[in-house]
Amino acid sequence: MRTALVAAAAAFAASTLVALAPLPSQAADSPNWSWTGIFGKYDPAQLQRGFQVYHDVCSNCHSLSLLYYRNLGGDGGIGLSDDDVKKFAAEKQVPDEPNDQGDVKPRAARPSDHFVAPFPNNNAARAANGGALPPDLSLIVKAREGGPNYVYDILTGFTDPPKDVKVPDGKYYNKTFAGNLISMPPPITKDSLVTYADGTKNSVEQESQDIVAFLNWAAEPELNVRHNLGIKVLIFAGILTLLAYAVKRKIWADVH
Amino acid sequence: MTDHAFKNGAVRWIDSRLPVFSILYHSTSGYPTPKNLNYWWNFGSLALFMLVVMVLTGIFLAMNYTPESTMAFNSVERIMRDVDYGWLLRYMHANGASFFFFVVYVHIFRGLYYGSYKAPRELLWWLGLIIYILMMATAFMGYVLPWGQMSFWGATVITNLFSAIPWVGNAITTWLWGGFAVGNPTLNRFFSLHYLLPFVIFAVVGLHLWALHTSKSSNPLGIDPKGPQDTIPFHPYYTVKDLFGVGILVCVYAFFVFFAPNFFGEPDNYIPANPLVTPNHIVPEWYLVAFYAMLRSIPNKLAGVLVLAAALLILFLVPFLDTSRVRSGKFRPVYKQFFFLFLIDFGVLIYVGMQEVSDTMVVIGRVATAYYFLFFLVIMPLLGWFEKTKPLPISISAPVLKPENAQVKKQEKA
Repeated sequence: MRTALVAAAAAFAASTLVALAPLPSQAADSPNWSWTGIFGKYDPAQLQRGFQVYHDVCSNCHSLSLLYYRNLGGDGGIGLSDDDVKKFAAEKQVPDEPNDQGDVKPRAARPSDHFVAPFPNNNAARAANGGALPPDLSLIVKAREGGPNYVYDILTGFTDPPKDVKVPDGKYYNKTFAGNLISMPPPITKDSLVTYADGTKNSVEQESQDIVAFLNWAAEPELNVRHNLGIKVLIFAGILTLLAYAVKRKIWADVH
Repeated sequence: MTDHAFKNGAVRWIDSRLPVFSILYHSTSGYPTPKNLNYWWNFGSLALFMLVVMVLTGIFLAMNYTPESTMAFNSVERIMRDVDYGWLLRYMHANGASFFFFVVYVHIFRGLYYGSYKAPRELLWWLGLIIYILMMATAFMGYVLPWGQMSFWGATVITNLFSAIPWVGNAITTWLWGGFAVGNPTLNRFFSLHYLLPFVIFAVVGLHLWALHTSKSSNPLGIDPKGPQDTIPFHPYYTVKDLFGVGILVCVYAFFVFFAPNFFGEPDNYIPANPLVTPNHIVPEWYLVAFYAMLRSIPNKLAGVLVLAAALLILFLVPFLDTSRVRSGKFRPVYKQFFFLFLIDFGVLIYVGMQEVSDTMVVIGRVATAYYFLFFLVIMPLLGWFEKTKPLPISISAPVLKPENAQVKKQEKA
């Protein structure tokens, strides 16, 4: 009885492990993300390409308000050097502290500043985008059912509308989006691909995967550390449990 | 109380003035426990372990959290991103709630199956139910704190239940909110209460253990120990068994914390609260959703709220509703079947509560709600009269000490 229960518990633990290991669940036609599974990790080269896509394309409309420029460098970053981080930060202006006369002047952003949003406020963002508010992208991967696969499917989901669907001005047909009419123009198209700094050959699929990788990193930058620590904790807890079981058997040996 | 002679002089000195060591002794090495407890009896200590985990992680989270409606969401993200191992604290706390409830549900269903609520353990059962209800309140208010879309709208839906009360309903909700809608005052008081209630839970757990150590543990056979041959001291036998249980729990818990930390969460709660945008599908956490399913099955709001309250309150009547003289479900062939059906029924309610409302779901929800009450109000009382129970063993040791069984044991060992 006792052994059976232990076996059942072990089987349960193992089955959840197997069942959930490739979270978030992989649809058949979704890319193989490098960070899924318990040994999954981000690919720094892919994150840097993804950042280039955000920098050149997405950041024209979408903010990334929860990130600091400093997050790009250092241990949990995407592998940029300190100089590069400073350079990217300095592209943007932020209001300085009031000077002795009380005037607020702009200054170049520093690594310790949050990512500067493309619009001063939501109303300005709406006004520039036909009334639609481009969502902040800091948590977009975690905030949508399906996670990275959903975001990827949106980016690659722009198709010609079926004959009976009339697409109003300022809307675009997207087979993934709920209701199929999205206010975002196709951001990644064959004719507007980013030329990657690292020389990677680009395509709509490639660029979409890279930006999703970057956005996944933006949503859960702790993932590499989390997976690494998790494996150690599981090994430790597993051994501790086996030891506890052995001690339990020994102590209970004289109970009938 | 001080019948146990301690060897250490300092311990004796303290104990004669403040009997902490005697209390410890009587709760561990001196606590006679039935020797036949199976692994379902591990879940009480697991629940205590989870409570400690929740309180510890919660205290450190509170050091970094800002209970203000324009800053709460970002302060949680700051914990996730900028506080050292803040992501670990938060994921342990968020997943810990699910694991705490899972463990407590197993503990409650174990009590139901083995008749652990029967005399002389009625108070023990009631104290446990009070803990359970306090846990639900605490978990609900904790879920509001990240101030995401599901936090805000969950709070709105649940607090609105009070508006169903005739005459004073709207006044009560306004009073609960601290305003005319869920807002900053609501968040502030929920944070305050979310920090307070776990310590109330701790106090009731103390009473629960006190009652337990007075009426002593029940056991899978449901018969009282006849003498020292039927019991073993809690320590070291059950402390080591509980440690093994904690080990398994930690393995499964750690798997979710590190590799699927948002498995139990709703993506919508990573969108900041917005009073102007209602999510398509508002759903409470899985551990509350069975009662939400009952609520949704009833077409009238007030009736729905009453059914929800009755579903919880009826658990307090179980010691009186169960008329059977046999404690353990092991010897009750008919009760056993209705019990497992009840277990499935509760699972169905959880499933229905998570689905979007549809005609089929409403029908399934109504049938499941009906069975929930039928089980307690009709089946439990009637079975005591009509069920033919199996014969009970003479004592806890008896089934094991039968000559033929003893023989088998010896052969196994050889």
